[in-house]
Amino acid sequence: MNTSSQPHTQASPGLASHPKVNPSQKLWKFHGGVHLPEEKDLSNQGPVVATAVPKRLVIPLAQHIGAPTRPCVKVGDRVFKGQMIGEPQGYVSAPVHASSSGVVTAIEQHAMPHPSGLPAPSVIIETDGEDAWASDLPEPVTDFHQLDADALRTRVRMAGIVGLGGASFPSSVKLNPGKDQPIDTLVLNGAECEPYITCDDMLMRDRAADIITGARIIVHLLGAERCLIGIEDNKPEAIAAMRAAVAEQQPQTSASIKVLVIPTLYPSGGEKQLIRILTGKEVPTHGIPAQIGVVCQNVGTVAAVADAVLRGHPLVERFVTVTGRGIAKPGNFRVRVGTLANELVAASGGYTGELAKLVAGGPMMGANLATDAVPITKATNCILALTPAESPDPGAATPCIRCGQCAQVCPANLLPQQLYWHARAKDLDKVQDYNLFDCIECGCCAHVCPAHIPLVQYYRYAKNESWAREREKRASEHAKKRHEAREARLERLDRERKAKLRKKKEAITPKTKTVPGKSASVGGAEKTAPAGAGETPIAGGGDDAGAQGTKQPADRQTETAGNAP
Amino acid sequence: MIAGSLTSSPHSARISRVDQVMLQVCLALIPGTVAMVWFFGWGIIINMLLASVFAVAAEALVMKARGRPALPAVRDLSAVVTALLFAITVPPTLPWWLTLIGILFAIVIVKQLYGGIGYNPFNPAMAGYVFLLISYPVATTSWLPPDVPSLLEARDLVHLSFVDSVRLIFTGGLPLETTWDAVSGATPLDELRTRLDQNVLMADIRQSPLWGWVGGQGWEWVAAGFLLGGLYLIAIRVITWHIPVSLLGSLALLAGLFWLFDPNHFPAPWFHLFSGGAMLGAFFIATDPVSAATTKRGQLVFGALIGAVVFVIRTWGGYPDAVAFGVLLLNIAAPTIDHYTQPRVFGHARGKS
Repeated sequence: MNTSSQPHTQASPGLASHPKVNPSQKLWKFHGGVHLPEEKDLSNQGPVVATAVPKRLVIPLAQHIGAPTRPCVKVGDRVFKGQMIGEPQGYVSAPVHASSSGVVTAIEQHAMPHPSGLPAPSVIIETDGEDAWASDLPEPVTDFHQLDADALRTRVRMAGIVGLGGASFPSSVKLNPGKDQPIDTLVLNGAECEPYITCDDMLMRDRAADIITGARIIVHLLGAERCLIGIEDNKPEAIAAMRAAVAEQQPQTSASIKVLVIPTLYPSGGEKQLIRILTGKEVPTHGIPAQIGVVCQNVGTVAAVADAVLRGHPLVERFVTVTGRGIAKPGNFRVRVGTLANELVAASGGYTGELAKLVAGGPMMGANLATDAVPITKATNCILALTPAESPDPGAATPCIRCGQCAQVCPANLLPQQLYWHARAKDLDKVQDYNLFDCIECGCCAHVCPAHIPLVQYYRYAKNESWAREREKRASEHAKKRHEAREARLERLDRERKAKLRKKKEAITPKTKTVPGKSASVGGAEKTAPAGAGETPIAGGGDDAGAQGTKQPADRQTETAGNAP
Repeated sequence: MIAGSLTSSPHSARISRVDQVMLQVCLALIPGTVAMVWFFGWGIIINMLLASVFAVAAEALVMKARGRPALPAVRDLSAVVTALLFAITVPPTLPWWLTLIGILFAIVIVKQLYGGIGYNPFNPAMAGYVFLLISYPVATTSWLPPDVPSLLEARDLVHLSFVDSVRLIFTGGLPLETTWDAVSGATPLDELRTRLDQNVLMADIRQSPLWGWVGGQGWEWVAAGFLLGGLYLIAIRVITWHIPVSLLGSLALLAGLFWLFDPNHFPAPWFHLFSGGAMLGAFFIATDPVSAATTKRGQLVFGALIGAVVFVIRTWGGYPDAVAFGVLLLNIAAPTIDHYTQPRVFGHARGKS
């Protein structure tokens, strides 16, 4: 809390009671980061409320990074809770399940909690209120040690588990690092560094035992030696609950499980940042944690793994924070996936009236919503209603004065200012020289910028432009190759046809004496042709000279063929 | 329900504004300015006001001429900061029209013709000062003696009142029965140069009534004031320590080496630090973010090279002080320095960015 002029900075009363940052365990630092005003007290005061079965569920068919699922139910089908309604397509994919029982009334495009505002195919279920589980759920497993890694991974995959921290990457893929990448450390992400969001905090308080069991399952699956659980020091109750659960379950595992209390600093909950803090290692650029022997999972994901293994339950619900000063009674909810955000808002007492922004996720990285008629997905950790005071209009951006504050707070140690200049100039080569793709879009730079330049927006733009350029380049290369292959093919066909014609002619007029010179020229053309034809398609990117080379003999051949009669 | 504005994350309240940053710089100038007024009279304040009015007017006019709104440009206070730094750098008796010329050069040519705030490669205040220094060397180097009674008596000097200052600035008229020699005096750095050129030993030079504890009489307090303001700027994170520490460090290191080698002909390092524009330059001028190096390692190089230039020019060059030259010379080099001092990005191998 070193920033003086923030509107909602309160001297956190909990600060004095914050648990001491581990006296024994060494922690590391990452560059930069910002201290944000604490807003967690808004929503973590009451218990988690289990929401009633909504009348209508809108369940998007793609709730993960990777291939979207294919619907495996039809309109009119009766479905049960936990029944698969979207089949995974491909390896990086995760099935989608009905989150309550009822009847499928439509499979149609529906608004999504995504900044683009674009709708996505969703299964609409009219619920029957019975909330009846499907009868063919996998058997609960009391001793997970009986299952091998493959069986556990299959369970995780078929339970539709994806990263619940917000990125929603299919967990089974993350849990399959490959034999050549041994994993020694499982990192559990309980940092929850975004202000306002408290669903992981509440989850750790309520379901600590399941989280630790889930961690043990993953440790067993990966053959890891240790599990490090990182929690920011602004969540003392969660830390206590998790420590108690660890103490209880530690005897049952050979791996060492440790709760590490880390200082509250945004973005400590970023995967790469948390791994750095807890292990001192840096995930290589463009790399994944497995390359340094680490797998990182959000605490909610791990609890879902426990549900899938111990109870046979697929991922059909999650904890969601509904908060912000634009909400009458902020709090946390246990919510079925597919519940509409506006029902959660209603359950939180509705809006207070003055709404500047509605956000899915946290204030730093969340997506702005155009409407609250969007479903809660596996990735939705927070519905945030910000008042004008909480999210004041920064006004028009003023020129960059190169103060360098952005570089001071960048957790990736980038030079945001240079990135901005080059992004603005659309110099896509330069932005990559300045490592644009190491930007995690945490928003620290934009947050501190005194000129109020929407820096992250520029980086997203530059990334999109770079991707588009890459796609275009690939498409044009592809087209070029296709064109060259076609030319070569046509030439080859032409030559073959003419060769055939010639042979036929020779066959028809065997006794006709041809002029020796002409015969020689024909023979010469015949020799050149196959060599040229063989060359072009293989080389693919054959240059113009090559094409010319093969063309000339063909032309000559045409000439000779024309002269022949 | 349709929510409010749709913008990119982050959605939180921003911490600071450019005008707040500039205002903090103005506040940090107070201790040094107070010391200057104490020792050199009201001319400082008059110049500050004059320069500010000229700077704001010039900024507004150019913005209008460029077809852009004038108000936001004026409101960011950057022109005022330029004006204050300029006014502190020039003598408190500078004729008003020279202030006008200097400010016009700084704001119109050095700042606005390059695109306005954020785009100027040179520090406008220093460019304006150096422009005057080269064009009007006498007027720009004629300082008043510090108002220390013993010194005034020893040298038979007259101190200017507020009214005298006003008259001098606006009409160029000296008080009755006073000559220019009776109101002006050499600065310690000036005096040092002259005496060393006359082969006077340091020990004897230090006997001059112009000398105080660590720097010149009065001047050392001014420097201390800017040091204090500079530390405040570091404490509230408007600037970082890198440029001031490397600038003062390299100046002190070079001065210290020569002083240890030959204390008779080279002044002590603390004399260098507390004389001339060293403190003001280190904390307020070299740290101008727009024209300085931006990477942390780059800032260390940038500051150290300015310190070296200052020492070299003070010791062997044609001017008694060289902070302005040092800053401007390194302003040119800042982009190159930045290019070669990029930090290692997270997750990248060491030794390669």
